[in-house]
Amino acid sequence: MKKIQLSVVVLGLLLLGTISMVNADEFTQADLKRWEGEYMSVVEKGRNLWGSAELGTNGVACGQCHPNAANTHPETYPKFQKQLGKVAELRHMINWCIRNPLEGKDLETDSAEMIALEAYIHWERRGVALAPGKH
Amino acid sequence: MSYPINRRDFLKGAGALAVTASLPISLVEMVFADTAENFTFAYISDSHIQHISGNKFVRNWDRGLIRAVAEANLLTPKPDFVIYGGDLAQLGSKAELNHGAEIMSALRYKTHYVMGEHDYYLDMGAYWEQLFGPQYYSFDHKGVHFIVLNSIRTYDDWTYNRWPTAEQRMLEMAGLDNPNGSPFMVGEEQRKWLKSDLNKVNKKTPIVVLSHSPLQKIYKGWNFWTEDAEELQDMLKPFDKVNVLYGHVHQIQYNQIGNISFNSVMATAWPWPYPQSYAQVESHLPKLTVPINRADPFFERDATGWQFVNLNSGKVDMTFNLTNNSSRTVKFNPETGQPEDTTYQGEDQRIAPQTHY
Repeated sequence: MKKIQLSVVVLGLLLLGTISMVNADEFTQADLKRWEGEYMSVVEKGRNLWGSAELGTNGVACGQCHPNAANTHPETYPKFQKQLGKVAELRHMINWCIRNPLEGKDLETDSAEMIALEAYIHWERRGVALAPGKH
Repeated sequence: MSYPINRRDFLKGAGALAVTASLPISLVEMVFADTAENFTFAYISDSHIQHISGNKFVRNWDRGLIRAVAEANLLTPKPDFVIYGGDLAQLGSKAELNHGAEIMSALRYKTHYVMGEHDYYLDMGAYWEQLFGPQYYSFDHKGVHFIVLNSIRTYDDWTYNRWPTAEQRMLEMAGLDNPNGSPFMVGEEQRKWLKSDLNKVNKKTPIVVLSHSPLQKIYKGWNFWTEDAEELQDMLKPFDKVNVLYGHVHQIQYNQIGNISFNSVMATAWPWPYPQSYAQVESHLPKLTVPINRADPFFERDATGWQFVNLNSGKVDMTFNLTNNSSRTVKFNPETGQPEDTTYQGEDQRIAPQTHY
């Protein structure tokens, strides 16, 4: 009985190993399409937040000063932000804008909203070469 | 002999407010052969007064206009009048227009108003007209013919057939980068009026056209654009001295097309990016324009400023004083026949903050 159980476990481990190797190496056009769709749905959520008053308390939206997320320079982060006196990430500047012109409260930096805003900003900046640290 | 306004004269008047380097207004001086006819006017634009609820308005935008009005009242010498360049309101509501009008009522000068899209698309300018007068008109002042156009109209189908409510129409046009928006235009009705107005003007009379949108095509996606710009430029071609001054773009732009000098004015509310900083599209900022320094977001009034203009021989000669930045002077160069920055025009003379990317 014990022998049989052991063989099943060993066989199972072998099968799992085989299957996981296949999963790591292969994905289909359908997978690519689905992943892109997932990403774009978050970009869309970010675009909606960009134009909405819900991030702040005074009705001001990100897009009022940053049409198409222009002048946000996501490719330059992390960089030394002289006004903060330290190297900052894009999300820290997003929260700076939410606190000041939007008169709102910081988003959690790993919140779904923050990820959506970053996804939208990066999408509008696609194709631009990375330039970390650039001012 | 001209009577130029310089910064020192201005600051004599402004000392009481302890004004620093810059002011969000434009002071325009017209200089002609008969110095008795010289005069100046101030230019304030794009305040975007924004209602929150009840008696609350966005403090930041309020402060920009309040400061401009206070400083304009201190100008020395006194301007003959003020032009307000459009977008007094953010969403065209009575609350916003009333609040903006009340702030503007502290101005001690006659003020001529230009319609912006944020004033217009809620009720097609009806309440604005009650407060400020007609949407397009002309007037003469000391030998100069001024023309005010409503340049932010668009196709009738978009305006009248597309949107279920007036509020939604206003919101759709208010989003600068909204793909549901529609290109600005002066339109046939006003072009017809303009033609008959211009027929009465001597070809040697200096002309100043005041519009909200640029009467030239820079970037359609943000309506830095007027759909019938070429037709308007053609109508202005026969005149010796033509200047177009416009708001909307919240940044320094200048250009020369044939006989027409174009200059933008600054916003009191906030600056906008130059179109080339949107990486996904082509745009056509006039090659002549040396951009303003990139705004420092930590100074909420940065990238607004004031400028004064001499119109020597009918050509624009403008000095910008910019918050937290060095002054800029853009003069018409008779040798090249175009406006040029006196310090930064050459590619090798520019400074790092003028690079927009």
